[in-house]
Amino acid sequence: MNITKYAAPVVFYPLAGKLIPWFAWATAITLAVGLIMGLFIAPTDYQQGESYRIMFIHVPSAWMSMLVYVVMATAGAVALAWKTRLSEMLATACAPVGASFTLIALITGSIWGKPMWGTYWVWDARLTSELVLLFLYLGFMALQASIDDPRRAARAAAILALVGVINIPIIHFSVEWWNTLHQPASVSKISAPSIHPSMLWPLLINAAGFHLFFATAVLIRMRTEVLIRERHKSWIADIIGTKP
Amino acid sequence: MNWAEFFAMGGYGKFVWSAYGAAAIIIILNIVLPLRRHKKVLQMLRELLKMKERE
Repeated sequence: MNITKYAAPVVFYPLAGKLIPWFAWATAITLAVGLIMGLFIAPTDYQQGESYRIMFIHVPSAWMSMLVYVVMATAGAVALAWKTRLSEMLATACAPVGASFTLIALITGSIWGKPMWGTYWVWDARLTSELVLLFLYLGFMALQASIDDPRRAARAAAILALVGVINIPIIHFSVEWWNTLHQPASVSKISAPSIHPSMLWPLLINAAGFHLFFATAVLIRMRTEVLIRERHKSWIADIIGTKP
Repeated sequence: MNWAEFFAMGGYGKFVWSAYGAAAIIIILNIVLPLRRHKKVLQMLRELLKMKERE
């Protein structure tokens, strides 16, 4: 099977159209389960009381804010190297979704900070580098919007995205490299997590839900990109003439 | 556990619910707005197509 054939916009567009409802339903069901487990079933934290339940959305959105950036930069790099149109569109579609995850991480973290740290915001390494991530996403979108030729716009934005990748390890290691109010990671790929399974499961289920949401949102945006960028192709006329 | 107690979140209600509310709004907007834009683009392209056919 040749997987690259799915990278052709003419193949991708109808396929994505079929996949979106499945991803949307999977997102809704997964997040519903995660919410019920996180808000009703998980026990009260002995230190933070009920306020810790913000973690169940804060941590997955912070993970996603970094993952989406890596996906965006990788898609940009692939587009630069092989001039593949669909990867340009993937990078374009990632930016607003990644910015949204970053915004969720910043807002929920800020709200959680008030009762736990006594402040909504401190200019420490973790918070500042996550804010820089938001500006990288916004810069990517602004740069792309400012250049008329879509291929040149995609190339310029991809270079910006690649330069910005340096910020990802800075965010990740900021809690180890600098003194900070922010607590270090409770869930690590290397060692056993330091949180109880009753709290770990809602966290992981919400993380799965956010991945599915990411897929849904990106596929919707990519289809619109395909329509705009390929509008002069004859197959587009065939599609918009018949189907919604 | 009753509902009032549940919404109070042990005194942290306003923090927990504003955090969850903000996240919910951002997530829902990320589905609704792109879908609306997709429909608009489709409509626009259809009108362009019609104009071309008339020419």
